[in-house]
Amino acid sequence: MRASLVAYRTPVTDHSYHANLFRSRAVFAAIISLGLLIALLVRLGYLQVIENTHFSDLSENNRVRLMALPPNRGLIYDRNGVVLAENQPAFHLELIPEQVDDLDATLADLGKIVRLSEQDIRRFYADLRNHRPFESVSLRSRLNDEEVARLAANRHRFPGMDITARLSRYYPHGKDVVHAVGYVGRITERDMDIIDVGNYRGTNYIGKTGLEKYYEDDLHGIVGQQNVEVNAEGRILRVIDKIPPVPGNDLVLSLDLELQQIADAALGDLAGAVVAIHPQTGEVLVFVSKPTYDPNLFVEGIGQAEYDALSHGDYKPLFNRALYGQYPPGSAIKPFIGLGALDGKAVGEHEDVYCSGYYLLPGDDTERKYRDWKKEGHGHTDMNKAIEESCDVYFYEMSRRMGIDRIHDFLSQFGFGEKSGIDLLGERSGLLPSTAWKERVHRKVWYPGETLIAGIGQGFVLTTPLQLASATSTLANRGIREQPHLVREIRNSQGEYSEIVKPEEKTIKLRNDASWDAVFRAMRDVLHGTWGTARLTGYGLKYKMAGKTGTAQVFGIAQGEEYDKETVAKKLRDHGLFIAFAPYDDPQIAVAVVAENGEHGSAVAPIARKIIDHYLHVDKSVKKASQAGRSESSN
Amino acid sequence: MLHIDPVLFLGLVMLTAAGLGVLYSAGDGSLPLLEKQGLRLLLAFTVMLVLAQISPHQLYLWAPWVFAFGLLLLVLVLLAGEIGKGAQRWLDIYVVKFQPSEMMKLATPMMLAWYLSERPLPPEFKSLVISALLVLVPTLLIVRQPDLGTALLVAAAGFFVVFLAGIRWRVLIGSALAVLALVPVFWKFAMHDYQRQRVLTMLNPESDPLGAGYHIIQSKIAIGSGGFYGKGWLNGTQSQLDFLPERSTDFIFAVFGEEFGMMGAIVLLSLYAFIVFRGLYIATHAQDSFSRLLAGSLSLTFFVYLFVNVGMVSGILPVVGVPLPLVSYGGTSMVTLMAGFGMLMSINSHRKLLSR
Repeated sequence: MRASLVAYRTPVTDHSYHANLFRSRAVFAAIISLGLLIALLVRLGYLQVIENTHFSDLSENNRVRLMALPPNRGLIYDRNGVVLAENQPAFHLELIPEQVDDLDATLADLGKIVRLSEQDIRRFYADLRNHRPFESVSLRSRLNDEEVARLAANRHRFPGMDITARLSRYYPHGKDVVHAVGYVGRITERDMDIIDVGNYRGTNYIGKTGLEKYYEDDLHGIVGQQNVEVNAEGRILRVIDKIPPVPGNDLVLSLDLELQQIADAALGDLAGAVVAIHPQTGEVLVFVSKPTYDPNLFVEGIGQAEYDALSHGDYKPLFNRALYGQYPPGSAIKPFIGLGALDGKAVGEHEDVYCSGYYLLPGDDTERKYRDWKKEGHGHTDMNKAIEESCDVYFYEMSRRMGIDRIHDFLSQFGFGEKSGIDLLGERSGLLPSTAWKERVHRKVWYPGETLIAGIGQGFVLTTPLQLASATSTLANRGIREQPHLVREIRNSQGEYSEIVKPEEKTIKLRNDASWDAVFRAMRDVLHGTWGTARLTGYGLKYKMAGKTGTAQVFGIAQGEEYDKETVAKKLRDHGLFIAFAPYDDPQIAVAVVAENGEHGSAVAPIARKIIDHYLHVDKSVKKASQAGRSESSN
Repeated sequence: MLHIDPVLFLGLVMLTAAGLGVLYSAGDGSLPLLEKQGLRLLLAFTVMLVLAQISPHQLYLWAPWVFAFGLLLLVLVLLAGEIGKGAQRWLDIYVVKFQPSEMMKLATPMMLAWYLSERPLPPEFKSLVISALLVLVPTLLIVRQPDLGTALLVAAAGFFVVFLAGIRWRVLIGSALAVLALVPVFWKFAMHDYQRQRVLTMLNPESDPLGAGYHIIQSKIAIGSGGFYGKGWLNGTQSQLDFLPERSTDFIFAVFGEEFGMMGAIVLLSLYAFIVFRGLYIATHAQDSFSRLLAGSLSLTFFVYLFVNVGMVSGILPVVGVPLPLVSYGGTSMVTLMAGFGMLMSINSHRKLLSR
């Protein structure tokens, strides 16, 4: 070994010279290394000591992710416990964009397996922009069983495809109750401006119309949250803590689904509205507007074409006639005017007014004839006969005697011209004119002739079907005006009930309570009298009903519509109205029916009868329920 | 008798033991991962011990051949290399995957030490030009693969030999300025997009937080949130929760920094410094130029490993793909490094024999 080392060529002449040179270089390198090492430590000190808090925060945010736990939306029941709005698990098709190679091709292929509307695809691409690549984006909602099966069978062909089950709002009797219950829809940016966004994290739906909107805060519940440890891919590794969501409260409606369906069927093809109220409580038993539509279409978003058809199509199904429709009440206003005239001593109960078929306004030089619907006139007419036969001349005279302002003051006690305060949004107030109103709005003086036509429910007077029902209910309840409402009870998730807090009822005080009886009798004779305008409907009734027909000239919502040639004749027909309550001596239900182009009140009276028949005789449980409601209200 | 340097050996055992501990945490307690790394360490220590038995003279004799063989393999890799991680680095020699560029980390300093030790020192101009060529050829071949990290280490190893051989300061500074002037050219023509991207991202990692900058941001968070005392072994949330990419390989120091904090980092860096200085000590006490130059170069290259890795993980250097020596998960670099330490031990232990 030694020999080999000698042979080891070392041509460098000065060994120790290089050893010294190397040593100095090595020391230099060592110093540099030490310096760099210190630089690293300085850097680490900066990160770990000086900026430690900053990075700890970042790290904490990295690790713990707050996730919303959306509450289950409250259910909606009718008064008999029938579910009107529920949450159904539904299957949705989702894609994780990151895992899909060619989105367009995948969508095209998926479109061959399940129905994908243009809107689905458009919304998918819109949603895509708001999601991180590893977050799944909804493509189709509400897959049916067959579609789920087909997708499952083809799953291997579509990496990144996911079929998820989520709760989706479903209305089993959608069409029957949509104008009361309303519907939920996807939360839009406009919704975001008005809601507590935090409480809606993880929630896709919000009440858009009807009770779903009015009781949104009750139905929605309170969002829960959980802190979860996630990895960088967003996968949940562990739940750290959890505040469970508080489910939304259930609503129990005063609405009776069966009665609702009867009213709907009775209206048939007519556009219009039916509202029935339990007079002693103000509970709304029927709230129908026709035509109607399926709210389930709106839950996941409706196509523009479908929406336009509902919104602008024939008779505008989306238009809630019971709430928004403002119709001249026609002769249906007469019992109220009559009651006002009696109470204001403008006329005696048995005082006759002669009806010759037309009326001349005293002092009117134009000699304009205000005609009665009956050309030959009613002859000598007292209050009872005037209501029973719907004499116009009698009421021209009554309104002249009272004057528009007294009419206004008296009728407004029944809620005409103001919102009923029902638990729905967007209610219209109708119109009950007065001289002050005309001065304020039209800047014109009130003409006496306008008083006359107001007295028969024409001219400026407008009412909504709901108002009409509420006024009839107040009449039936002898002046005790209960605010109409659709929700009887709000029930929390523990099953505790809380009753709806209503404003105190208003009471109309008459000078002489006998006036109620006089008007009641007259209204009874509308159905049961020899010449009653609705005597055909009253025929064969096993109970006594009180009512009043009305006919309104086409005006209001039909005005300004584009007329379809096919329907032009029908649309020019008068609107038929009918208000009623029964039984006559112990009213338990008050009904208002408005049928657009229903020709005459007498023609729509049978609709009211069908509802009342059913309510008073057929369904015993309903009657019991209403009696329970009554006893509660008397407490 | 067994040729070994107990001081260096102790330092290496301590470091690799610590490395296994960190790897256990970084790998989410994966035992197969640990087992594999353990086997590699076993192999690497064996290679080290075997090389320690070979006299420096044998190394001296092998140097040109090893270098030539390595160069040949580099060319082969370029021609027929298997595509791994988007880069042609691997050559499939039987079942074992082998990176010729790793071999050059040893072959280049060996070759340069061999060349310069036969020339008058400090090196003359002609020697310097040839030395530069001997460094540049393998370096550029590796850059072409492309593997910037390894190229850097190979170039560094070559440079250290030249530096330790006593290149004159004015020549050194002159060439440094020339290289600096060449940087823009290099940037424009010699660098791959992803390499440029890495440098750009290093300068401003926040510019692409979910893409290129993600590594750096996450590793800075990991280190920074460790604080002075660290979160404790197995308690690093960044690493345990998968926020940190490549946490068992190039970014393992972030795991260490998070779990053991500044204090742990001081200890770990001291351990590295201890090994580096032990290597330099061995070099200065070597008795011939070849041994001196090789030992010095290997020790300083080991330090470069450390500096570049910790520098990139802590966000002061671009992410060039240099593992934390002897700690990062992975086979080839560990074997190469330990082979280098084997040479150091050989130089040290044979010196004693020589001095007899």
